[in-house]
Amino acid sequence: MSASSDSAGAGNSRGLIAWIDARFPMTKLWKEQVAEYYAPKNFNFWYFFGSLAMLVLVNQIITGIFLTMDYKPNAAEAFGSVQYIMNDVEWGWLIRYMHTTGASAFFIVVYLHMFRGLMYGSARKPRELIWIFGCLIFVLLMAEAFMGYVLPWGNMSFWGAQVITSLFGSLPVIGGSLLEWIRGDYVIADATLNRFFALHVAALPLALIFLVIAHLMALHEVGSNNPDGIEIKKLKGPDGHPLDGIPFHPYYTVKDMVGVAGFLLIFCAVIFFEPTFGGFFLERANFTPANPLLTPPDITPVWYFTPFYAMLRAVPSFAGTQVWGVLVMGSAIVILFFVPWLDRSPVKSIRYKGPIYKVMLTLFVLSFVTLGDVGMHPPAGIYPLLARVGTAVYFAFFLLMPWYTKIDRVKPVPERVTGHA
Amino acid sequence: MLKRLWLIAAVLLPFGAAVAQEVPLQHVRTNINDIQSLQRGARDFMNYCSGCHSLRYLRYERMAKDLQIPLPLLKKNLMLTSKKPLDHILSAMPPADAVKWFGVAPPDLTLMARYMGKDYIYSFLKGFYADKSRLWGVNNLYKPNVAMPFVLATLQGVQKPVYKSVTDASGHTRMELVGVTPGTGGSMTPAQYDEFVTDITNFLNYTAEPIKAERRKLGVYVMLFLALFFVLTYLLKKEYWKDVH
Repeated sequence: MSASSDSAGAGNSRGLIAWIDARFPMTKLWKEQVAEYYAPKNFNFWYFFGSLAMLVLVNQIITGIFLTMDYKPNAAEAFGSVQYIMNDVEWGWLIRYMHTTGASAFFIVVYLHMFRGLMYGSARKPRELIWIFGCLIFVLLMAEAFMGYVLPWGNMSFWGAQVITSLFGSLPVIGGSLLEWIRGDYVIADATLNRFFALHVAALPLALIFLVIAHLMALHEVGSNNPDGIEIKKLKGPDGHPLDGIPFHPYYTVKDMVGVAGFLLIFCAVIFFEPTFGGFFLERANFTPANPLLTPPDITPVWYFTPFYAMLRAVPSFAGTQVWGVLVMGSAIVILFFVPWLDRSPVKSIRYKGPIYKVMLTLFVLSFVTLGDVGMHPPAGIYPLLARVGTAVYFAFFLLMPWYTKIDRVKPVPERVTGHA
Repeated sequence: MLKRLWLIAAVLLPFGAAVAQEVPLQHVRTNINDIQSLQRGARDFMNYCSGCHSLRYLRYERMAKDLQIPLPLLKKNLMLTSKKPLDHILSAMPPADAVKWFGVAPPDLTLMARYMGKDYIYSFLKGFYADKSRLWGVNNLYKPNVAMPFVLATLQGVQKPVYKSVTDASGHTRMELVGVTPGTGGSMTPAQYDEFVTDITNFLNYTAEPIKAERRKLGVYVMLFLALFFVLTYLLKKEYWKDVH
C-alpha cells in the first residue's frame, strides 16, 4: 500500500514540477545553482565559512523578525521591552541570545571567510566582482551591527552611538549638518533610535540579501576558487564537466552539514552556557538604561569593531582637526576593495607563493588581532604605540603588496588539484 | 572633540588613579540552584531593600514560580507593595520624593548583578563604615560618597574606617582609607551577616537573569543532541564522499 501511494505521490509531484517548470525555471535554477554546479573537490576546512555566513544571516533574519514583534523602538520603552523579551516572552531569552550571539558569530565567520580569500587568492581574476560584492557586504554588515547595537538602548548603546556618529561630525565643511542629519536631532535621542530601527530591520537587511545573491550569482558564473588556486574549468572530461569538479549537491551539501553541526555545537555552547561571552558579546555597561548624564568609564565598541577603532585612535590630531583618524579608519576598509589588483603574484594560492607573502600575511593577522585588543583598552601606557605599529603593519600588508608579491619566489603550480578533504 | 576627550582622559588617568585608590572587590560564591538561599534572599530583599529599590523587570508571580514559593505565602509575606501576583516588583517610594530625600532615586536592582557584577553587590553591602561628614553618617568603601543610608546597621553593626598614612613621590603625606574594622553593636555575627549578604547577592544574581538555571539545564540536552547530529552528518558525508577520488 505504501509503495503504491508513494509512487502515486511521486507522480503527482513530477506533474506539479513540470507544471511549475513550464512557467518558472525551478528545475533549471536548481540544476544550475546546486545539483550541477561543479565545485572543486579539494575544498578544505576554510571553505565552511561561506555557507556558515549564510546560516548566520538566516538566523539573524528569523530571530530578528521575532524580536521586532515585542521590541519597542522608543527611547522611553526600548530598554524595558528588551527585558520584557528576556523575562516574559515565551522563549524570548533564547531568541534574543541567538540574535546577540549571532551578531558576533557573523563577524567571526566573515573574518575567517575573508582570511580564506587572502590565503588562496580568491579575489584574483576572474573573481574580482565576487570580492567586491563581499567587501560591500562587509561594510553593510558593520552598519547593520552598529545600528543593532544601539537598539537595546543600554548605556553603552547610547554612548557608542554618540562616539561613532560624532566621527561624521569631524568631516570638514559638511560635518556638522551631516551629523545632525544622521542623528535626526542635535544629540542621540528618540529620533535616532527610530531611524536606526528602520535601517536595521528593513533597509540594511534588504540590501544585504540583495548583495548576498549578487555574491553567489557572480561566484556560480565564474566557478569557485580552491586551496590550490587552479582554474578547474581548464580541464574538462568527455562529459563536459571539470575533471576536478564534483556537483555541489549532494557532495558539498552533505559536507557543509558537518560544518553546520560543528558550528552549532560552539554557537549553542555560547548561547546556553555563556551568552555574554565574558562581556565580549554583551557588555556589562549595557545592562543599565541609556543615561546621557552617566558616561561609562571606558567607551569601547563591541569586539568586532575594535581593530578599526584602534586605528581611529592611533592617528593624532593634526592641523587642528581629528579627521585624519577617521580617514585612516575609512581607508582600512576601502583598501580591501583593491586586493584583486594589489596582488601581482603569478600564482594565487599561498601553497605556491613564496616566503615573503607568508610572512606578510602572518604579520597582517597579528596586527589585526593586536589592534583588536588595543581597541578594548584606554589609550594609555603601551597601547598608543601598539596601535600605531599595528596600523602601519595593517596598511603595509596592502600597500606593499604589488611590490612584494612580484619579487617573491613562487613554486610551480600543478595541473590538477592536490587531494581532497 | 573625541580626540580631545581622550587626551584629557590620558592626562588625567594617572592623576585620578593616584587620588581615588580603588579598594578591590570582595569575591562572593553564589549558587543559582540553591533554592533555599534564593528564598532567604528574596525574603530579606523584600524586608530590607524593596522599600526603596524596585525590581521593575521581574513579576512577583515569576519569582514565586522560579523560587518555588507557594502563592498564598507569596501574597502574605513577600508582596508588601502590591496586590496582584502579576505585578512587577516596584518599590513604594515615589521617585520624585526619593530625589528630594536622598539626592538621587534609588537605582532599580533587577539587572545590578549583570551591570556591576555580583562581587560588587556583595562588597557594597559589606562596605559601609561610619563617616560623620556624610548626611546619613555613613560612607562606603566601594562606592565613595554613597547617597544611601545604611539600612542594615542593626544587623551588621557599624564598621569603623582604618586609615594609613601614605607619603607620595612629591613628599606629601596624607591619610588613605585602607579598610574597616568589624562592625559592632549589630544583632548578627560577622559569619551570619556574611551569609545574609550572600543570600541577597544570590537573589539579585537570579533577578538579573531568571532563566539562567533553566538555560544551563537545557543546554546540556542541546549539546548532547548536537553531538549526535555531528556524528550522523559526519558519517553521512563519509558515505557520500566514498566515490570521490
